[in-house]
Parts: sequence; structure tokens; C-alpha cells
Amino acid sequence: MNLTLKIWRQKDSNAKGQMVDYKVSDISEHMSFLEMMDVLNEQLIAQGEEPVAFDHDCREGICGMCSMYINGEAHGPDRGITTCQLHMRMFKDGDTITIEPFRAAAFPVIKDLVVDRSAFDRIQHAGGYISVNTSGNTQDANATPISKHDADEAMDAATCIGCGACVATCKNSSAMLFVGAKVSQYALLPQGQVEAADRVQNMVAQMDLEGFGNCTNTGACEVECPKGISLDTIARMNRELMKASI
Amino acid sequence: MGGFFKSSIGRKVAMALSAFFLMFFLLQHLAINMLSVFSPDAFNEVSHFMGTNPLVQFALQPVLIFAVVFHFIMGFILELKNKKANGVSYARNNGAANSSWASRNMIYSGLVVLAFIVLHFIDFWIPEINTKYIVGDMSGLHDGEFRYFHELVEKFHSPVRVGAYVVAFILLGLHLAHGFTSAFQSVGSTAGRKKTLQTIGKAYSIIVPLGFIIIALYHHLNPHH
Repeated sequence: MNLTLKIWRQKDSNAKGQMVDYKVSDISEHMSFLEMMDVLNEQLIAQGEEPVAFDHDCREGICGMCSMYINGEAHGPDRGITTCQLHMRMFKDGDTITIEPFRAAAFPVIKDLVVDRSAFDRIQHAGGYISVNTSGNTQDANATPISKHDADEAMDAATCIGCGACVATCKNSSAMLFVGAKVSQYALLPQGQVEAADRVQNMVAQMDLEGFGNCTNTGACEVECPKGISLDTIARMNRELMKASI
Repeated sequence: MGGFFKSSIGRKVAMALSAFFLMFFLLQHLAINMLSVFSPDAFNEVSHFMGTNPLVQFALQPVLIFAVVFHFIMGFILELKNKKANGVSYARNNGAANSSWASRNMIYSGLVVLAFIVLHFIDFWIPEINTKYIVGDMSGLHDGEFRYFHELVEKFHSPVRVGAYVVAFILLGLHLAHGFTSAFQSVGSTAGRKKTLQTIGKAYSIIVPLGFIIIALYHHLNPHH
């Protein structure tokens, strides 16, 4: 298929970017979206132009590296997938596809479609862990009984890959689905409860400090999340913070 | 606890708590106004009670005014903070793909309701406060009869005012369509995401504004009594 691409080009973090039109032809519907981007970049390199910079790593939907806001949606028009899992069969011959970086004041553009998501790392550093001694005397995991229900919910929350689609899609650029997932994953397990109060207070404080917005419960994040993280995790984070504050 | 209400989540909780109070207030306001359709006498009696009872006037009324002003100012602050968090706007953004119109436009439906409240205060509240506390007439009487029902009916003569009220109530309905269940989520309850409360929320956001619309239209179309 032949496509017109409208892509955000920005030389570096200080440059003023703009949308630039490109044409690509003979794109197979079996290609992934990133393979289509590779074709475009091969073409640009052959023409002596600067290729489009974009984030990618595992290309199998588990690393959380790829991003892109495609036709007005984080990770494009499909559901439960990352951009690398988006297939060109979702588009039609002759389509115009708009490709932008994830937008948020806390996610500054580094170059073209590459954004700096290290704000998420700093939130994790503020409390997204448990303090345990791992020097050879770790307990057997099965020694601590955990209900199936709690284990399942904790595991669901832990599937968050920190890609930032929740922030990118949120009209308020709120990071609460991400932080909610990280808080939930520990709050549901006995190992996480020891530091629960400090964790939620520190992570929320860091989230606010990074300049993310305030959740208004539109639910857009849950729909666009490639891992289907539930809004229930945000409610749990709210409960955890109230509990920690009283 | 002091820092809690300064955090993003604390602000959400405060928004939700004021919303719960306002949603409860709307229910009782509708119930009393409905009396005006069925029994002018009962409406007069209850209006006089609400207008002269010290508990209502000097405890509940200030709380209500505080809740309205707080909900508005905090909503506005949050909107400004959220706009600041946005960064560069998208060239193309498909909001309808993942969220409802009502949920994305709370600030606009809220501003319409706020404009309505200003009109509503000029229509009813300021004259009422003037009569009772400036003029000092606490009798509730005019020409020997209770004045409340007549004052109400008189206001709904104007088709422009009735039209403005109807538009405002429709926007109120949209505000509530998202706000009702959203408030539960903000205080950490997942109940707002379950079928029961979603149904109740939907019913509430239709019945309450529709009730007010029916009252306004009823008095507009039956101006003679």
C-alpha cells in the first residue's frame, strides 16, 4: 500500500519542531508499524536525509520502549498493544497517518519522536521497590501464603511496562495509572505492606514534583494502555495515600 | 494530614467530597421544588421553613456556599495545573476513541452551571436575602399570603429565562453523568466502576436535571395559577 505520513520532526530538545510530510510506497500489510518506519528511514538515508529518530527495543511488546502518538492515539488505533505490535493491516492504501511524539510537559522531546521518560524512573526510585536483604538468605517465595485473588491483581498491576501511553493519552497528562499500577503491585502483597505508607507518599510526591497533571477519571489511559492496567489501581493508590496520611 | 490536601490526590478527594455534598443538596432542592408542581401550599410551607430555620440558614447555607465556591475554585485551579502539564498540543488527537465527551469537558459544563448559579442567585437568592436580612421582613408574607410560590411562578414567565435554565440543566446533566461515578473513584472506591452505581449515576444525572426542567416548563406553561 501507498501512504502519506505526517511526522513530527525536531532537531533537538531546544529546537522548534514541525510536522513534515513523507510518502512511502509498497508497504506490506504484514509489516509492523516500526518496520514501516524502517522502510521510511532506509528511503531517507538513500536520499541523504536525516532519518526519523524513534524509540524501540524489544519489538515484542514487553520492554515499554516504543511510543508514538499515531492518528491521535497512543500506540495507534488498535487495543492492548504497543506500537511495535501494531500492524500495517490496520491501515488502508492511500491513508494519511499522523505520527507524533508522546506529549506532556514532563516528557520533553529529545529528538523527533524520542521523548525523555526518565520522570518515570525518578518516581520508581522514590519508592517503587521493596527493601530486602538478598545476600543468600532469601526465603522461599511459597513460604508466604497469598490469596489467589490478591496474587492475580498484583500480577495484573505488575504487567505495566512503563511506556507512558497513559500520560500521553491523558487530557491532563496525569501519570496516575502508572503510579497506581506500581503502588498496587506492592500494596497487595505482604512483602510490600511493610513500606506501604512511605512508598505511596514518596511516589505521589515525586509524581507531583515532575509536573504531571491531576487525574479527572476520564478512563482514557485504561483504554489506551497496552497492558490493560485497570483504573482500579488508581482508586487503590488514592486509598493507600489516604490511609498513609491519617 | 496537612500535606495530603496539597497533593494531587488530596485535591481530587477534596473535589469529590464537595461534589458529594452538592449532589445531596441537588436532591433535596429538587424534592422541595417538585412540591410547587403538586401543591403550592406545601411548597410555601417548606420554603418558609427552609428560609427561616436558623440551622438551615446559618449552618447548612454557609456550608453550601462554601462547597459551591470551593468546587469552582479548585476545579479551576486543577484545570490550570492540568493545562500546564500538557506541553505542546497534538496536531491530531482522537479523544472520542477512549473517553466520553462529558468526561473530557467537565470544565465547560461546569462553567455553564456556574454562569447559571450567578443568574439563579440574582433571580432568587439575592432578593430573598434582601427581603429577610436587609429589609428585615421574616414573615414570608405578601398581601397576607405566603409569597414564595408566586415569586417562583413569576420568574418563569420569561421564555428567555426558561430557555437559559433548560440549557444549564442539560449541561448539569452532562456534568453529573461523569461526575457522579468519578467522585467515587476519587475517594478510592471502585464502586463507581461497578454496574449498580453506574446505573444509579446514569439515572441521577438524567432524573435530577430533567426534574428541574419539568418544573421550569410547567410553571412557564401554567402561568395563571
